[in-house]
Amino acid sequence: MRTRAFLLGMTVLAILSVVFAPGWGSVSIDAIAEGKRWLGPREAWTGDTRIFELRLSRVALAFLAGGALACAGAVLQTLLRNGLATPFTLGVASAGSFGAFLVLAFPAAWFATQLGATFSALVFALGSLALVLALARRSQRVDGLLLAGITLNFLFGAGVMLVRYLADPLRLAAMERWMLGSVEALHPSEAFLLLPWVATPLALLLLLANELDQLAFDEEMAAARGVSVARVRNLGLFAAGLLTAAVVARTGPIGFIGLLVPHAVRFGTGLRHRSLLVGCFLAGGTLLVFADLLARSLGVGGRSSELPVGILTALVGGPCFLVLLLRRSTR
Amino acid sequence: MALIGRALRAGYGGCAVLDGVDLTLEAGRFLCLLGPNGAGKSTLARALCGLLAAGEGASVQVDAEGFDQLGPRARAQRIGFLPQEVEPGFSFRVDEAVELGARVAEPRPDRAKVLAALAAVDTEHLAERRLDALSGGERRRVLLASVLAQEPRYLVLDEPTSMLDLEHQVGLFEVLRARCDAGLGVLVVTHDLNLAAQWADDLVLLNRGRIAAQGRPHEVLTTEVMTPVFGSRFRLLQSEGRPVVVPR
Repeated sequence: MRTRAFLLGMTVLAILSVVFAPGWGSVSIDAIAEGKRWLGPREAWTGDTRIFELRLSRVALAFLAGGALACAGAVLQTLLRNGLATPFTLGVASAGSFGAFLVLAFPAAWFATQLGATFSALVFALGSLALVLALARRSQRVDGLLLAGITLNFLFGAGVMLVRYLADPLRLAAMERWMLGSVEALHPSEAFLLLPWVATPLALLLLLANELDQLAFDEEMAAARGVSVARVRNLGLFAAGLLTAAVVARTGPIGFIGLLVPHAVRFGTGLRHRSLLVGCFLAGGTLLVFADLLARSLGVGGRSSELPVGILTALVGGPCFLVLLLRRSTR
Repeated sequence: MALIGRALRAGYGGCAVLDGVDLTLEAGRFLCLLGPNGAGKSTLARALCGLLAAGEGASVQVDAEGFDQLGPRARAQRIGFLPQEVEPGFSFRVDEAVELGARVAEPRPDRAKVLAALAAVDTEHLAERRLDALSGGERRRVLLASVLAQEPRYLVLDEPTSMLDLEHQVGLFEVLRARCDAGLGVLVVTHDLNLAAQWADDLVLLNRGRIAAQGRPHEVLTTEVMTPVFGSRFRLLQSEGRPVVVPR
C-alpha cells in the first residue's frame, strides 16, 4: 500500500513537472496555451511557442536522462552489492568523456562537432562496456569487477587529461562545458532519438526484476533459488551500461542522480526492483527536470547565462545524500 | 523419493574436495552430516543442491530426475538450501526476506504464508523488523524461515544452529524433526554431535572428502569410528539410550 501511494505520488509529480516546467524559466510563458498552439499548425506559432518547444525539448531530454541514470545506479548498486556504486563506477562514463574530448579537441577529423562528440562518446562508452562485460565473464567476483571499473576510470581519466593537455587552449572551454553536463536540446526529436536506448534496457531490467531481488539478498541463496547468477549479472551490467553510455554520450556526465535517487526511492518502494525501477525512473526524471529548471532560471554571479545542470545536481545532491546517510544511521 | 548424489567429486578451482562420495537423503529421513573442519561437509551440501559441479562421472538426482533434466527453478522448488553465511546486500525487512523464499513456490505469495513460515521458527513477532537489526540467533532463525517458505521436498542446511542459544537449538531441531515426520528429507551439516545424535535418524561422518562412517547414531558415535577422525580428546557417555560426546 505504501509503495503504491509512493509511486502514485511520484507519477503525479512527474506529470506536473513535465507539463509545467516548459512554462518556467528566465521568461515565464503559459505552458498549457503554448502547448496547445505548438500542437497546431506552425504558421500560428508565436515567439513564446518557439520558447515552449525549446524548453519542452530540454524537459523531455532531462526526464529521460535523469530516469535512465537513476535506474542504472539502482541496478549497479544491486549487482555490485555496494550502495556507493553509481552509473559511473564501471568506467563507462569516463570512456564516453574521453571519446567526446577527442572530437572536441581535434574536430577536423569529424564532419559535425556536436554530433561527432556524441557519436565518439557513444562508441568509446560502448567499447568500455564490452570490456567490462568480458571481465565479468572471466571473473565471478564482484570486487574484481569494481576494481576493473576503478582502473578504467583512472585510465580514461588520464586519457582525458592528456587530450586536454594536447588540445588547442581555445577549445578547452567547450571541453569544460561538456564535462559539466547539459540537457540542452533544440528539438523534441533529440529526446526521441534517446528513447529506444533508454526503453530497451529498462524493459530488460524490468524482466529481470525478480532475479535482481534475489541477487540483492544473497548471491548463494539466489543461486539456490534457481537464479542463474552469472546470466543475470551480465544482462544487468549490459542494460545498466547501455543506459549510462547512451545518456552520457548525449548529455555529458551528470553526477549524483544515479547515487542519490535509488537510495531515496528505496525509502518509498522498499527493495523490490519492479517498484524500485519504476520509482527511480519517475524520481530521477523529475529531479533532473527540476534541476534543469533551476539551472536555466538562476543567473549566477551576475551572468545571464545558465548554470550547468551537472554542477547543480552535485550541489543539491551532495547535502541530500548526507541527510539520507544520517537518517539511515540513526534508524 | 530421494535426493541422491553418486561419486561426487565437487571442489573449487579445478581442485576436487570430495573423493567420490555417495549420499542418499530419502524423503522423511533426518540426516546429519558431521566431520572435522575441512572435511568437505559444506562442499557436499552445495554439490547436492547443484551449486557446485558434481565432478566428472558424478551425478545428482532428485526424485529420479537428474539435475541436467531439471531447470534451476524446478530444482529450487524441490531443494531448499541455507548456506553457512548469508550476507544481504541491503537492509531487508524480515517479512521481505522470507517473502523472497516464498516466491520460489509461487510468484506472488500471500502474507499468511510468510507469517506461517516465521511462526514455524518462533519469529512471527519480528516480521516488521530489519534483518540487520536482529541478533545473530534471531537472524539465523529468520533465514531458516525463508528456506521453509520455499516449501521444498528436501532441506539442506549448513550449520543452522550456529549462533543459536540452547533453547533455540533444541527448538530448531524440533521443527526440523516435525517437518521430517511430515515427509521432508532433511540434511543438516553440524558440528554439534549431541544434537545430531538426539534428533537425526542417521549420521554421516565425513573425513578428508570421504565418508568415514554412516549409520544410526550409536553406530557412528563410537570410539573406534571417531578416534581416527576427531582424535582422542573426547569421552563417550550414554543418556537415554543415545550416545553423548563430552570433551576430555
